[in-house]
This record gives sequence, structure tokens and C-alpha cells, in this order.
Amino acid sequence: MEDLKSDRILEIKDDISNELRKAGYAEIGACIQCGNCTAGCPSGRRTALRTRSIIRKAILGLEEVLSNKELWLCTTCYTCLERCPRNLPITDMIIFLRNLAVQRGYILPNHLNLCRMFYDTGHGVPINDEKWNIMRESYGVSRVPPTVHTHPKYVKEVQELISSVGFDKTITWGKYAKKEEKAEQK
Amino acid sequence: MFYPNLIRERETIMSEKNLRYSLYLGCVIPNRYPFIEQSIRNTFKELGIELVDMQGASCCPAPGVFRGFDIATWLVIGARNISIAEENEADITLGCNGCYATLLEVNHQLKHDKEKRDMVNKHLAKIGREFKGTIEVKHLIEVLYYDFGIDKLKDYVKIKFPDLRVGVHYGCHIIKDSSHRPWGGEFEEPRFFDELVEITGAKSIDYKDKLMCCGAGGAVRTASLEVSLDFTREKLENMRKVSVDCCMVCCPFCHLQMDLGQMQVNDKFKDIIGESYKLPIIFYNQLLGLAMGMNPGDLGLVAAHDLKGVPPFISIQPFMEKIKEQMV
Repeated sequence: MEDLKSDRILEIKDDISNELRKAGYAEIGACIQCGNCTAGCPSGRRTALRTRSIIRKAILGLEEVLSNKELWLCTTCYTCLERCPRNLPITDMIIFLRNLAVQRGYILPNHLNLCRMFYDTGHGVPINDEKWNIMRESYGVSRVPPTVHTHPKYVKEVQELISSVGFDKTITWGKYAKKEEKAEQK
Repeated sequence: MFYPNLIRERETIMSEKNLRYSLYLGCVIPNRYPFIEQSIRNTFKELGIELVDMQGASCCPAPGVFRGFDIATWLVIGARNISIAEENEADITLGCNGCYATLLEVNHQLKHDKEKRDMVNKHLAKIGREFKGTIEVKHLIEVLYYDFGIDKLKDYVKIKFPDLRVGVHYGCHIIKDSSHRPWGGEFEEPRFFDELVEITGAKSIDYKDKLMCCGAGGAVRTASLEVSLDFTREKLENMRKVSVDCCMVCCPFCHLQMDLGQMQVNDKFKDIIGESYKLPIIFYNQLLGLAMGMNPGDLGLVAAHDLKGVPPFISIQPFMEKIKEQMV
């Protein structure tokens, strides 16, 4: 009789699970795959996101855990973390897996644009139209809020920090993504 | 981990001091929902709680979005924001669950992990700032419930609204991760927000999946608007089934999702929802202010402009009518 052939998992790499361990998430190995996380997941009710499966793939070091778009459908509501019978910080692990995904280039164009906005203005949702200033005044609060919007020097501070950490590299790469998108639209 | 007895201890310590906080605004409150800012500033003034602005504060940065992209950037920018409050020598208070998650978590991690703090301070030194770890981060709901004290707050209530049926929406990050939150580890059936609503005489009506997420967080609204709106549709349907007069929130991103998102649900899901949803979304300080006898015009409940395409997208008039009926 012929041996069974592995046609599902072609190669088990351990770098993703090792990265998790290095980042202080060694307890991922304690996952018993009970599925409590998936059962309580409000996103999994309506999408293909399966938290248990994400953790399993991460343990096996499968690259697809990072390339699957489902990784970005978790709203970080923390229900899985609270209910995990092994007390695993599942949501924090998902956030860390997203970091690994971004480092390997798996990021949605919309998210890159958001990074760009953050770099340019210091806000995820900035005042980008005068109507917001007028609206503020109409509610009796200062026309410009006492935030980074008051002076360009504050935005500079934020940008210096982003560059100092090295996250600007991801954002520059966002500019390319934008160009490619525009080229596609043409 | 916080425990109830610790909380009580902290409460008594706080009540002996004058209450003074750095007000962290975030992004959505000042830049899209300024009427929430008006209601926070005016109710706190009325309660005698001093608020100091945080000059030059940026995005917290958002815990689902930017923390998901790069944890180191999230820590460093979060620490910069905290350092502004440290200069003010006043604990942070804020009205956004997302900002709460970020600043509470960053503050906690940097206070307890010297390696991380050194890394962060190396970067902050380049712009002449430092994270010292001298302050605490508190949601304004926490300030009202513990620091000011819900019992003392009851004395400020002048008008009660017993006919008002409220669907309370906590949002996720005010409760969870519960090990770092001041609610005694409770995450399945918290009561603090319901209690705060009920001191106004209003009734907090239980509804299916009350603690479910609004759908906006974790970068999902940006990743897939449709998935995020489907959460909102489900919440709206569950609240419609118990016929509430309004949905009460304590987070501007939930507010945006339930308000702007409600309009989008009415459009995108019109074939399956039947009648359009018309549920007014109210921020807690707006209701509290009304109960304290304050003018609706000081609580962001009256729009004195003729701008188009600005919140609230779902009319709050049905809520105001209900309030007026009970004021007579």
C-alpha cells in the first residue's frame, strides 16, 4: 500500500509562532482549540473569520494566516480574550499578527491611506473641511480644537516620532499603493 | 488587576481632593461630533470638575487601527499624548472608548515594563519630551461613577424622565480587557452605565446582545464597511424589538457608527430591514445635563447652523419631544 501524501500542509514553518513567542505570547502553545473564541465572536457570525483557526494557523506558522483578509475583520471587541478558558490574550495576539502581516506587506489600501492621513495631520479623522470649524463654533467650542490642529509644530513632533520608530517606511510604501490604485483606475 | 475593595479605597482618596483632569479629546469628538465636546465641557463645569486642555495632543493612536499596524509607533505616540497630561499635572479623562483603550493600556505597559519605557523615552527625547508615569487615565464615565461618585451625582439631578426608555450601548473597550479596567473584573453583565442612566429616572431596557460591538472598531469600518454596518443593523434591530426612545452611548466612534452608520444601514440594507431605522443616538453627558436642569442649547442638543452633511444624521427630535413631555 502506498504511503499517504501530504497534500494539505506542504511545509510547516515556525517563524510566525516563534515571533509570537519572542513578543511574549509563548502561551499560544497552550491553546486547546476548544473554539470558545469562535463561538462568541460577533464578526464570525457574519463573516468567514474563525478565531480558533487563526490561532491554529499561527501555531503552525502558516503564512496564509497573515495574507487572509479575515485577519482584518476582527473588531477587537475582546470577547474571545475574556472567555478563553486557557486565559490566552487572543485579541492582543491577533493585533500582533496584524503587525507581522503589515511587515510582510499584507495591508489593505484603505488602511495605508489612513496611515498617510495620520502622518500628514496627526489625526486619524482630521478637520479637512472648514465646515467642521463652523460647526464647532456653532456649538460654542473653540473654532480650532486645542490639539495638533493648533500649530504645525505639533504635527512635526508626531512625524519626527513616526520616522524615529521607522513606521514612515510603511507609509511611504503607502504612497506607491496610492499611485498604483490610480493607475488601475485609469 | 483591580478589586472592589481597592476601588473603594481609591474612591475615598479621590473625594478628598479637588477634581481636576486633563481633557483628552481624540479625533472624532472635536473633528466630527463637537456637540459631544460641548456637553462634556458644560456638564463638568456645572459639577465643579476642572478640565485642563491638552495643548498639541494628537490621535491617541487608535487601538484597532494603528496598534494593528505597528505596536511600537502606537506606544510612542500614545506616550507623547500622556506626557502632555503629565506636564499639566492632572490625570487624563476622556469620552472615547478607543482613546481609553490606547492611553490606559500604553500608560499601564510603560509604567510596568522598564524596557519598553526606555525604548519609548529614547524616541521621545528627540522632541524634548519624556514619559514619567505620574498620572492615571480615566474614562469620564469612571470619573462620574467613582471619583465624583454616583451618589453625589444623584443630588445634582433636578428633573427625572421616568417615561424615557433607553437602550444602553456600553461599547467594548470601556469594559474589556477587564483585567485592566476598574469594574471589578465584570465583563458579561456590567451595571455601572445602566446605573448612571437610571439616576436620571430613565429606564434602561434590556435587549438581545446588549454588549455586542457596534461594528466600527478594530479597523473594520475601514476594511469592510458592509461587514461593519451589518453589526450595526443587528444592534438596531435588537433595540427596535424592545422599542426604546434612544440609544445611549459613551464613545464617539460608537456614536458615529450608530448615527452615520444608521443612515448607511437604511440605504444599503433597505431590502431586508423593512421600515427605516429612526433611533436617536444620545451621548451620556447630554442626558445627564438635561436631568441636571441645564439648557439643551448648552448640551449640543440644538443645532444653530445650516450646514449640510454633518451629524447628527439621524434626527434627535423624537428624543427631545419625549423629554419635553416629561418636563411639563
